Amino acid sequence: MIELNQFLILSALLFSIGVIGIFLNRKNVIIILMSIEIILLAVNINLIAFSYFLNDLTGQIFSLFVLTVAAAEAAIGLAILVIYNRNAGSIEIEKINTLKG
Amino acid sequence: MSISLLTFYLFSAILLLSSLMVISTKNPVHSVLFLILAFLNAAGIFVILHAEFLAMILIIVYVGAVAVLFLFVVMMLDFKTSLEKDNILQYMPIGLLIGLVFIAELVIVLINTRLDLSNIQILTNPLSNFLDQSNTEAIGSILYTNYVLYFQLSGVILLVAMVGSIVLTLRDREGVKRQIVSEQVDRKGKIELVDVKSGEGVDI
Repeated sequence: MIELNQFLILSALLFSIGVIGIFLNRKNVIIILMSIEIILLAVNINLIAFSYFLNDLTGQIFSLFVLTVAAAEAAIGLAILVIYNRNAGSIEIEKINTLKG
Repeated sequence: MSISLLTFYLFSAILLLSSLMVISTKNPVHSVLFLILAFLNAAGIFVILHAEFLAMILIIVYVGAVAVLFLFVVMMLDFKTSLEKDNILQYMPIGLLIGLVFIAELVIVLINTRLDLSNIQILTNPLSNFLDQSNTEAIGSILYTNYVLYFQLSGVILLVAMVGSIVLTLRDREGVKRQIVSEQVDRKGKIELVDVKSGEGVDI
């Protein structure tokens, strides 16, 4: 029988991979968007694991809403990326310095 | 070792490896393809957890729509990959430090604690209420009743996202001939009515 902790460790590892992806990536923004998708996937695994081990369906409903918001966020993010590339000619992170950040 | 444990390890190993490849490959197209592989394996893990509906939604919506959208944008934008020297070494130490500390903390905590869920009594939708239904039916029977407000709000979120991305990417380009329907349909000023005498005709 698989225990709850195994799913939680899997989801923690997946979450950390997403965070590392955001930190290490300096080339293009699209990898950062994919890292965010990985993080949300880890959250969903957590929710569904708790839903299964608590015998409660609410976690699956919440996971459905997380999927919805993630899809909307990906669409908006990619649209912003497309117009930024059209205006600035590049989406390399190191060249995005309009805000002097 | 049971079959379900074996499949769990298989799916999670491929899931972790492919998500590592997502963040480490140079080519963004390869990243998207590994992201698709990661989603497929996550769907397998959802099936192990008896969440069949969400597994299928993950495949249909994520692999079918979101990942293809990513692929479309990657192929539409022109990345000048690896033209300049990669200075990943500059950020590698701090990034790896933060990531490894994160992993170590989470895994140490999770290995050393055992969550006891057996005497939790705050269940709102216990699965025992849905024993004679499929997973899809069970989700539908509470999504459209108890959670209908949230369901409609998520519809509004999707609508706003759709309108927003259309408005963001819309632009008027100069020098493009477009059809102006009102001009085309409008008959005033375009025709002239002439009285024609019999046997003479008109000058054009």
